[in-house]
Amino acid sequence: MSASSAFNEEKGGSSSVGEPEYGHDPASGGIFSSDYKRHDDLKEMLDSNKDSLKLEAMKRIVAMIARGKNASDLFPAVVKNVACKNIEVKKLVYVYLVRYAEEQQDLALLSISTFQRGLKDPNQLIRASALRVLSSIRVTIIVPIMMLAIKEAASDMSPYVRKTAAHAIPKLYSLDPEQKDQLIEVIEKLLADKTTLVAGSVVMAFEEVCPERIDLIHKNYRKLCNLLIDVEEWGQVVIINMLTRYARTQFLNPNMNESLLEEGSDKTFYGSDEDEDEEEEEKEKKAEAPMAKRKPYVMDPDHRLLLRNTKPLLQSRNAAVVMAVAQLYFHLAPKVEVGVIAKALVRLLRSHSEVQYVVLQNVATMSIKRRGMFEPYLKSFYIRSTDPTQIKVLKLEVLTNLANETNISTILREFQTYIKSMDKDFVAATIQAIGRCATNIGEVRDTCLNGLVQLLSNRDELVVAESVVVIKKLLQMQPEKHSDIIKHMAKLTDNIQVPMARASILWLIGEYCEHVPKIAPDVLRKMAKSFTNEEDIVKLQIINLAAKLYLTNSKQTKLLTQYVLNLAKYDQNYDIRDRARFIRQLIVPTEKSGALSKYAKKLFLALKPAPVLESPFKDRDHFQLGSLSHLLNAKAGGYQELPDWPEAAPDPSVRNVEVFALLERVTTLTSVPEWTKCSSREKRKEKRVEKPFYSDSEGESGPTESADSESDSASGSEMGSGLEESGSGSESEGSEEGSESEEEEEEDEKDKKKIKKDLKKPVKESESEQSSEEEERKHQRKSDQQKSDSESESDEESDSESSQSESDDSDSEADVKKKKKAAESKPPPKPVKKDTKKEKKEMSLLDLDDFEPAASPQVTPVNSFLSNSLVTDLEGLSLSDAVLSPANISPCSALKSYELLHRIRGEGLSVEYCFSRQPFSPDGNMVAVQMQFTNNATSEAKNLHMEDVKLQSGMRVKEFPEIELLPAGETATAVMGIDFCDSTQAANFQLCTHTRKFFVSIQPPVGELMRPVFLTENEFKKEQGQLMGMNEITEKLTLDAKCRNEHTIVQRVTTAANLSRVPCGSDKECRFAGRTVTSGSLVLATVATKEGGAAQLTVNCEKMVIGTMLVKDVLLALTQ
Amino acid sequence: MIHSLFLINASGDIFLEKHWKSVVSRSVCDYFFEAQERASEPENVPPVIPTPHHYLISVLRHRIYFVAVIQSEVPPLFVIEFLHRVVDTFQDYFGVCTEAAIKDNVVVVYELLEEMLDNGFPLATESNILKELIKPPTILRTMVNTITGSTNVGEQLPTGQLSVVPWRRTGVKYTNNEAYFDVVEEIDAIIDKSGSTITAEIQGVIDACVKLTGMPDLTLSFMNPRLLDDVSFHPCVRFKRWEAERILSFIPPDGNFRLLSYHVSSQNLVAIPVYVKHNITFREGSSQGRFDLTLGPKQTMGKAVEAVLVSSQLPRGVLNANLNASQGTYTFDPVTKMLTWDVGKINPQKLPSLKGSMNLQAGASKPDENPTINIQLKIQQMAISGLKVNRLDMYGEKYKPFKGIKYMTKAGKFQVRT
Repeated sequence: MSASSAFNEEKGGSSSVGEPEYGHDPASGGIFSSDYKRHDDLKEMLDSNKDSLKLEAMKRIVAMIARGKNASDLFPAVVKNVACKNIEVKKLVYVYLVRYAEEQQDLALLSISTFQRGLKDPNQLIRASALRVLSSIRVTIIVPIMMLAIKEAASDMSPYVRKTAAHAIPKLYSLDPEQKDQLIEVIEKLLADKTTLVAGSVVMAFEEVCPERIDLIHKNYRKLCNLLIDVEEWGQVVIINMLTRYARTQFLNPNMNESLLEEGSDKTFYGSDEDEDEEEEEKEKKAEAPMAKRKPYVMDPDHRLLLRNTKPLLQSRNAAVVMAVAQLYFHLAPKVEVGVIAKALVRLLRSHSEVQYVVLQNVATMSIKRRGMFEPYLKSFYIRSTDPTQIKVLKLEVLTNLANETNISTILREFQTYIKSMDKDFVAATIQAIGRCATNIGEVRDTCLNGLVQLLSNRDELVVAESVVVIKKLLQMQPEKHSDIIKHMAKLTDNIQVPMARASILWLIGEYCEHVPKIAPDVLRKMAKSFTNEEDIVKLQIINLAAKLYLTNSKQTKLLTQYVLNLAKYDQNYDIRDRARFIRQLIVPTEKSGALSKYAKKLFLALKPAPVLESPFKDRDHFQLGSLSHLLNAKAGGYQELPDWPEAAPDPSVRNVEVFALLERVTTLTSVPEWTKCSSREKRKEKRVEKPFYSDSEGESGPTESADSESDSASGSEMGSGLEESGSGSESEGSEEGSESEEEEEEDEKDKKKIKKDLKKPVKESESEQSSEEEERKHQRKSDQQKSDSESESDEESDSESSQSESDDSDSEADVKKKKKAAESKPPPKPVKKDTKKEKKEMSLLDLDDFEPAASPQVTPVNSFLSNSLVTDLEGLSLSDAVLSPANISPCSALKSYELLHRIRGEGLSVEYCFSRQPFSPDGNMVAVQMQFTNNATSEAKNLHMEDVKLQSGMRVKEFPEIELLPAGETATAVMGIDFCDSTQAANFQLCTHTRKFFVSIQPPVGELMRPVFLTENEFKKEQGQLMGMNEITEKLTLDAKCRNEHTIVQRVTTAANLSRVPCGSDKECRFAGRTVTSGSLVLATVATKEGGAAQLTVNCEKMVIGTMLVKDVLLALTQ
Repeated sequence: MIHSLFLINASGDIFLEKHWKSVVSRSVCDYFFEAQERASEPENVPPVIPTPHHYLISVLRHRIYFVAVIQSEVPPLFVIEFLHRVVDTFQDYFGVCTEAAIKDNVVVVYELLEEMLDNGFPLATESNILKELIKPPTILRTMVNTITGSTNVGEQLPTGQLSVVPWRRTGVKYTNNEAYFDVVEEIDAIIDKSGSTITAEIQGVIDACVKLTGMPDLTLSFMNPRLLDDVSFHPCVRFKRWEAERILSFIPPDGNFRLLSYHVSSQNLVAIPVYVKHNITFREGSSQGRFDLTLGPKQTMGKAVEAVLVSSQLPRGVLNANLNASQGTYTFDPVTKMLTWDVGKINPQKLPSLKGSMNLQAGASKPDENPTINIQLKIQQMAISGLKVNRLDMYGEKYKPFKGIKYMTKAGKFQVRT
């Protein structure tokens, strides 16, 4: 009774006292005794059978631990409560246990059995927490128990327990490194885990225990890449960093071409690379060897997979993830692709100043290597007066790195503001930066020098001193021109007190004394006077100056020099005494002086090389970016060197997953297992994972992003076709897939059709074009042979039939397959047939050329052969897409094509382009430009691609996929996208073949900058009503004689501009509507006809420039 | 990874320590104090300090240094980002993250830190999961706890960690189902002496407060998604959907969270809402300076500019300022030389101005830099970039939620050079 009441009292007292007691930290004296007493209280409370008392006691104990007070003497009392039912008490006991177990090993063992029991609990969360605490107790005796527990947990049903096991591995390793081998086994097992929950933790364990065992990653590489996006953010960082290292050991340098080309040894390079490629591919497919010859560098599809799967993570909210991806791209991506990280890094600059600090350090390193990447974001590095100094200095560093001929004037103007800052450290850094700009950019050297000289009259001594030091360095580059500056500086010796600056001036005068013959002795005279009061570095320079003057002008300075040397002889500093003694021996000829004095002049007045002012961040990139070592510019403990790229790529087949080896032998399309695995995962991720993989094969042939967007029919068809081909060998599996995706796509297509019908395009040609283009990719193989069949131009029919034809297609596809099988046994067209068969069989992940034709409607030999052989089978089927086939080869005649490169200028290569008026699927803001390449030369053209795109600000270009080979006489087409930003400014770029580069430009007619929209009459009127006044342009015209009926008017207008017709009640008026591609501003056009060919054209558009230009174009179209 | 954590207050006391591996003596912080002494300003302490055996990575928030001790190579941003997450969590739990709040809730803090890291590697950092594990303290709960002796630690096990949507706790129930979205844009700009814009950009965020029952699946679409130049998402947002359709599709966490942050760059798009006419001069040889500042609205699309606060760091030589504000109040701190003028709302008919003279130290030479002027402001019901939410749809649940969207524009780092 009494005891319990005492407890109650106690409790009441402690709960009111407990917190405030903490509030005012009792660090002052007199506490020890009371501490002891309180510990007794605590013990009592812990021994009680009331949870609330125990909890109160534990809270106080934890508070003590938090403050860093020693509570270890309570260990026996606390450890008893480890099996307490109350969760919070239990948790706090765990906290205590983990903290003090190391000190009280024997007692800690008492608790172990509780955890061992917990490990067997049916609830996964209890199992996990038991393992977590057990593994956190750093007591060596229990190592075997821990090992056992970890092993068991690693094969637990619950991924959460497995994750905990992964966390426990490094704990055990740090406790007993002897267990390494066993732990590696567990890691290997967990690496094979397919859940996102485990992935991050196990890779972390891998990094801590056995980062050198890169071979463990092979089998899990693709899985890790695919899981990456769904792993929690901390795990992402660890995985990305590890994969960066992995990729460096397994893949070839994607920039090897450029680096070698720079050295001008491209010839040998091509040769050697061919060999490499062949070697590497020989194992799998000899038949592909000629293909390898064509391309100097092929990115491993796994390399591409990594790059593509990490890219979305640039959008992460976690700065560490963004940085990890950025460093991955910096170290692994081809040069052209690295640019994507700049935007994300600049975004991080908005974050906390610590984040800025780290990011800026990395940007500084990157900007030295890849200046162009950050140039567009120059202004984001402008400095605000509220930035902390360390951020200011780093920003300055980046600005200096980014400076070049074109932007130097803006940067210098910005620097001018900085010089006036109140933060003097920052001003000094700015002056240094100006100096560096001046040395790097010859054009502004004089300007900078003048600016710095002006600073010499600044009131702040620090500024002046810093300028002197920088000027000294600059003058060394061309001293003869600037004797007046040297004179000016000589005058400053009276005022400047900063030793470093004084020393610099003296050195300058000494070094260039012949440029200032009159002043130099005078300066020496003054200095001699004040010698004793100078700082050491100044004294040394005075001696130097004296020596130099003595050698050049001994008449005037002999006595002065003697005097200075005498003063120095008795200086307190031994350096100075030494220097004086040595110089005296050297320059003053005496009987004793050695042979050296003859050379004194040479010694002192040798031409000194100008100092190179370079960034402290130069060459820091040999450290992995984003790492601690990079930040400190020193190797931190546990840092894993980023290996150099291998000369030849190691065998890529190590990454193939065993389970599917059987399947692989047939298809060699290793993607299949990946795909099927993914589909079983969460629904929303399904597509995400599956699609990219396929697009990978396509992305290989050029950086097309189209495949990523899910609704893209083109990529769909590619997938289909790719699988079909591969599937032909593997029977059902692949072909099923193929038909599946075909169906999917079919639906898509149908949807589109529906929409189109709704829209009811007024212009028939354009419709047929549209659909034809869509079909063309899909049916290109067939269309070839069906081209001849029918040329009927009935578009409505084609519309309704096309969907049917598709189902026919899939039928015929199946037919084709059957036929092929049959053909194998049949002898007739034997030799060729076998070839195809072989090619099909040996289709692998690596040779992606076969997929490529799907992207560009070029008919490959394979396909044409196929179609020839099948022509009889397909005879009965009248496929409507045959109608559309002409469009495959040449852009439809209704589209105006423009010349991009003339045959003569292009040395046989001629390029035409037209605006296909298709929505450009990778980016809706872009205008699709279809380019047709014709090789009129006698030799083949290789590697057609574009480079060096020069655009007006805001414009963007999506390059067309590289065309690997264009044989003589052949024609190929490719589609690129350009975002013209609603302006008619030209996009300039270089079109490159393997031998030549041509400067070309594409300038859009204003009519192509819009896309049709569907409006009803009422909507049209409403919109028109809102676009009055300045936005309306009206022009009277007389219609061309041939152009007086409605049909021709519609045709001509829609040819001139990509607008769609708006239904209209009156037949005197034709209305058209569209939106500009980039900004989506509405464009409305009305042609009202009157009698006798008179007409009035009205254009309403928010963008007046576009309106005016459009009026001009339409006028021209209608009156011609 | 992270070995230990020390919390140090402004006066240099270590008031909390937590170790995840073996104990690191607090004397390691001496290296930090050394660096602190060397730095002129609190924010100039380098975030990463190497010591002979450890590395110290620190962040400064709310005048508390969070110093993490690490022993081997780790991406510094990893640690920095984690520390900021810790601070955010504290703020979420206690409302403020001050020394007093941390000391008052030391046990909860300790429990949180225990859950957030396992062996130095982040374990649970999502606030939804943490709240399932450890209930945030409220006044009511504290009282109930003292009476009944019940606890802050959640009774149920942290099932959220096992779920496919780890950011959302399970079994959410509300009687009023509401989803609020705040579109907040900040203008970062540097305006030069003559009033022309040197650089200007808009940084926006969409903060959400979602209190919906069950597992709602939301989609949010914009009228003009193309405005967004660079975006970063909460992990709940489906990235592919955004790539393909520019629609935000997500299963939201419960409670407050930041859905999206974005960037609108192209210079011409950025409307500058205020202009500043200034005339700040110091005469050579005289101990007087003139100060004359007038604010006016510029491109505000008819909305009122509110909560305007002007601050400026005057040169060191200024002893005092005798100014006259036509509106609002001004203060001048003679120690830090910080001039702040709380203007309030700008009335376009009668522009607010601040005029008067400054006293300089006698004999001191004229300061060579004119002070920069920092401006804070707010414009309600408008996103300056013109971003507009088109619609918000909910799938997966039957009830009809209440939806609300609020727009606001603020000045971020808005500086006028004079």
